[in-house]
Amino acid sequence: MRRVAVIGVGHSRFGDRQDVNVKELAFESVKPALEDAGLTPKDIPYVTVGSIGVWYEEPLPAVAIAEYCGLTGAGLVRVEAACATGSAAVYSAYTAIASGAVDLALVVGVEKMREVDTSLAVELIGRAGSYLWEFEYFGMTFPSYYALYATAYMNRYGATEEDLALVAVKNHKYAALNPLAHLQKEISVEDVLSSYMISWPLKLYDCSPITDGSAALVLASEEKVRELRVDTPVWIAGVGYSSGSSTLSQRSDFLGLDAAVKASQMAYRIAGVRPDQIDSANVHDCFTIAELLAYEDLGFCRRGEGVKMIRDGETEIGGRIPVNVDGGLKAKGHPIGATGVSMIVEQTKQLREEVKPSARQAPMKNYIALTHNVGGTGHYCYVTVLKR
Amino acid sequence: MSGLPVIKSRKLEITYNIPISKTVRFWEGLKEGKILATRCRNCGKLHFPPAADCSQCYSSDMEWVELSGEGRLVTYTHVIVRPKSFQEEQPYTVGIAELKEGVKVLAWLTDVKRKDIKIGMELKMVPKQLPDGRIAYVFKPLTTRE
Ligand SMILES: [Zn+2]
Repeated sequence: MRRVAVIGVGHSRFGDRQDVNVKELAFESVKPALEDAGLTPKDIPYVTVGSIGVWYEEPLPAVAIAEYCGLTGAGLVRVEAACATGSAAVYSAYTAIASGAVDLALVVGVEKMREVDTSLAVELIGRAGSYLWEFEYFGMTFPSYYALYATAYMNRYGATEEDLALVAVKNHKYAALNPLAHLQKEISVEDVLSSYMISWPLKLYDCSPITDGSAALVLASEEKVRELRVDTPVWIAGVGYSSGSSTLSQRSDFLGLDAAVKASQMAYRIAGVRPDQIDSANVHDCFTIAELLAYEDLGFCRRGEGVKMIRDGETEIGGRIPVNVDGGLKAKGHPIGATGVSMIVEQTKQLREEVKPSARQAPMKNYIALTHNVGGTGHYCYVTVLKR
Repeated sequence: MSGLPVIKSRKLEITYNIPISKTVRFWEGLKEGKILATRCRNCGKLHFPPAADCSQCYSSDMEWVELSGEGRLVTYTHVIVRPKSFQEEQPYTVGIAELKEGVKVLAWLTDVKRKDIKIGMELKMVPKQLPDGRIAYVFKPLTTRE
């Protein structure tokens, strides 16, 4: 396998983006990604597009986006791995380059979720699990699936609704500093606790918003990095992946995500790094409980100690390992297909030490970063380790 | 909605006809008041949801077995904000229970006050007739005499 680097990044503004269609939204990240890499669309032989679709009008978004962005003729595929779609699209492009098939690839993650009304979006995401056995008669929603984990976790480890709220408060604090974030405002624990109940014990502010957005990456082989004289390539040092049962009921317990444990161990092994070497991370905080599970699944702390990490501020800038200092899914927003790509855009910028404002830049010691992208409720997981 | 200019698309309505030929015995069982699962005759694995093919040994030689329906609550949530097709329902409680036979099941938890729900409480899984004439199943608290 050949080494592969990120050589270009682009990111749209996340939010309620009814000012653009899905193609125009993708263009907002494709253009800066190609500019960052010093390339034109003609240079790109292979494109992977991560998008779930269904909430916007185009059934074949990859071809529509490729035409709009002048990429028609390139090898093209659309990738789906639920909320880990973006990371799966990155992995697909990564393997194409690592295998020697191509020297350059473009990854586009995009989602346009606000063209349908909220209750339909809730329905479409709720169906994403085991449709007949957990939705048809029981009307599960995405918050409800994670609420099953929250209830079990709180019961087992004595975590409280206030503890969960601390995750939202931290991530909103950083989103307030991120001009591309959906919810650029600070909130208090009281705001979270008094927000309306979605699926007990998760309240509105425990949940990521329904967001439109896009993010893009240009990946290159080591030969191409040299040929293009790239200043600060960020290397994909290891990708780990795994999957979990479709029916939630078949999970061994509700205290962690097995798929995330397996994916992270695989990523650490391939990259040759330990969790205590990570300088900065994005984890999949679609709900506040999910961020606590991530700390534990990734080995940042022991089982049941995730709650201590958030209470002690260990995942803020200045703490042991800054997590989601771009606002996370919780406050930057979670445009499903874009999320995993957005995480890698953020960590590439962190590793290049070019995050603005600098209050959001994590200090770099080892120049190692990690992204943890979960699809559905632990249905898929991709963990990507990056090194400068 | 944002008030920005949009074109409202043509309306699309989708209903899927979900095949259940290979597990129709389960749905018939519910009408007889029974909770059925499949067991692999080759390796012995018990399957719920009932499966026609064994994921463990790839045999398709299955037998139907009746479950006690009795088990314990593993975790639960109260669904307040509901999907579009559940708007007519009142908020509902969903639980996952582990049955005596070792399989876990997700279903609504009914006939219990929210404050009386405890992880570990004993439950019974029973068939339930829905207002639209279809049949499903729910958990109820297990009482010594019903
Ligand atoms: Zn078998």
